[in-house]
Amino acid sequence: MNWISNYVRPKINSLFSRREVPENLWKKCPECGSMLFHRELSDNLNVCTSCDHHMQLTPRERFTALFDGGIFTEVKVPEPVADPLQFRDQKRYPDRLKAAQRATGEHEAMLVAEGEMGRTPVVAAAQDFSFIGGSMSMYVGNAFIAGAERAVKLKRPYIVFSAAGGARMQEGILALMQMPRTTVAIQMLKEAGLPYIVVLTHPTTGGVTASYAMLGDIHIAEPNALIGFAGTRVIEQTIREQLPEGFQRAEYLLDHGMLDRVTHRKKMKEELVSLCRMLMKMEPPVVGDLPAPPSEPELPAPAQPEPSQAAAGDEAAPMEEQKK
Amino acid sequence: MTNYLEFEKPLAEIEGKAEELRAMARANPEMKVEDEARGLDAKAAALLADLYGDLSAWRKCQVARHPDRPHCKDYIEALFSEYTPLAGDRNFADDHAVMGGMARLEGRPVVVIGHEKGHDTKTRIERNFGMARPEGYRKAIRLMDLADRFNLPVVTLVDTPGAYPGKGAEERGQSEAIARSTEKCLSLGVPMVSVVIGEGGSGGAVAFASSNRLAMLEHSIYSVISPEGCASILWKDAEKMREAAEALRLTAQDLKQLGICDHIIREPLGGAQRHRAEVIKSVGNAVQSLLKDLEGKGRKQLRADRREKFLKMGSKGLAA
Repeated sequence: MNWISNYVRPKINSLFSRREVPENLWKKCPECGSMLFHRELSDNLNVCTSCDHHMQLTPRERFTALFDGGIFTEVKVPEPVADPLQFRDQKRYPDRLKAAQRATGEHEAMLVAEGEMGRTPVVAAAQDFSFIGGSMSMYVGNAFIAGAERAVKLKRPYIVFSAAGGARMQEGILALMQMPRTTVAIQMLKEAGLPYIVVLTHPTTGGVTASYAMLGDIHIAEPNALIGFAGTRVIEQTIREQLPEGFQRAEYLLDHGMLDRVTHRKKMKEELVSLCRMLMKMEPPVVGDLPAPPSEPELPAPAQPEPSQAAAGDEAAPMEEQKK
Repeated sequence: MTNYLEFEKPLAEIEGKAEELRAMARANPEMKVEDEARGLDAKAAALLADLYGDLSAWRKCQVARHPDRPHCKDYIEALFSEYTPLAGDRNFADDHAVMGGMARLEGRPVVVIGHEKGHDTKTRIERNFGMARPEGYRKAIRLMDLADRFNLPVVTLVDTPGAYPGKGAEERGQSEAIARSTEKCLSLGVPMVSVVIGEGGSGGAVAFASSNRLAMLEHSIYSVISPEGCASILWKDAEKMREAAEALRLTAQDLKQLGICDHIIREPLGGAQRHRAEVIKSVGNAVQSLLKDLEGKGRKQLRADRREKFLKMGSKGLAA
């Protein structure tokens, strides 16, 4: 009889995972308090339909919305040493990691993918704030670097969506060292002449802001995203005065010259595609919704080398790229 | 006048008594106290050896922050000749938390940059306790650029609780300034050597320490966050800084084991604060020998050396 309770029942339960049935069909907007139907909200990319407040979006949701037809390929990330410091606070770090993995269904706090956005080949990485505050761990560093290397290899723009409370304390100095490590990856992109675009989402603070989130060729932020180095509370305690309205918010940073643009989530794809194509000297994008990438002749992929160019030298690969 | 740390209180008592006895003897030459005083000296020495023989991580933090430790200014004045401070970020201001300029190290021209904490109330305020604002990092970037163009090695001395968390600092792009400074370190075509002489506080330290070779004083620390900050976030209790300091693995010895620090500079028993001249000399020697290590490497090689060092970093944990 144990066979049924120990094996069959859990198996059935796992088939009908609870994640598929949202416990709550309604979500309250933290900004304006409106009750939003979950499907309507997710169709609107987690932007409140009444006040335009941009709520958290997981990397997977974001990529599904950004890549043509929702199709993307995950870039493999080298696995770092697990729990390098054998860190333990009130909980063991491996337990915290496991809990985060269970809660999010993701392996770590950054997802890297390649695919096409508006028929523009790109590599993108996104941080997951719901995974231990999106904190920058060795894995996140490895993911960032893997994405940059992939972009260099495929000669594509690299788009990074940041969201983090900072470096992951449980990995101590090794997390901090992801600041210079990711910077090295950005230098590789720059040397390869590839665009590196940062989209700062709510919230981006600490060591992440003070490294790869502020080294983009172009900085775009989502409206009202909190972006800064130190936390608001720390600053208030240090200077003993109240901070102005909107301090460290995207619009405030735009006013202070730290960002190029603040862009609504629903306009983001269009803007990224347009910028990438201009920076890569590609033809203007085709306007309108695009299906998943088919193998049409007007696609950049298999360019026919012109006889004169082919004869000019053996550097066929760079030639192809230039033609894009 | 010695400043004693909390854990040195018993030592303070014994040394105080010895001092008192000797003062009495000076006033009253008939008193025979020398034997007793010597006994106390021996006791103090034994206690010092005991205390410093095995410092806990939290005690190391306290030693690293000791007000009597030599600071950047002391090292620059003692080790370098013709020090010519260069000021300003050419944009907004000159940040006194960061000092730097041109100087000669044993005759060789270099660019030296460091955080300066100040040594008394007045200088501490002037130096903002070693917490740099964006201008400080931008000044450092400018100086590193200068070094790069004229092919001079860069020496940085790291000693900061962290970058300054202020309203203006945020408005003027504290994050961007730190990120650019780190980037500049990593792009230099000249040798760069850093020494953590006290506190290596998070991003504010990374901006100066992303070098070819990193040395740390024996009782210095380098951490992602202060133990107090970590305790208040993860333990929800700032008083748990001892546990946090232990867990963070922030001592020079931990960092050596993790492959972040290349070289530990020994401090005499009782710490740098008790033997300033000796420690300053050791730091000078270490910088010389680390620079020597990098001699003969071309610009490309120096950049590649740095990149490889950081890309490889963290591939091994604390295999204990």
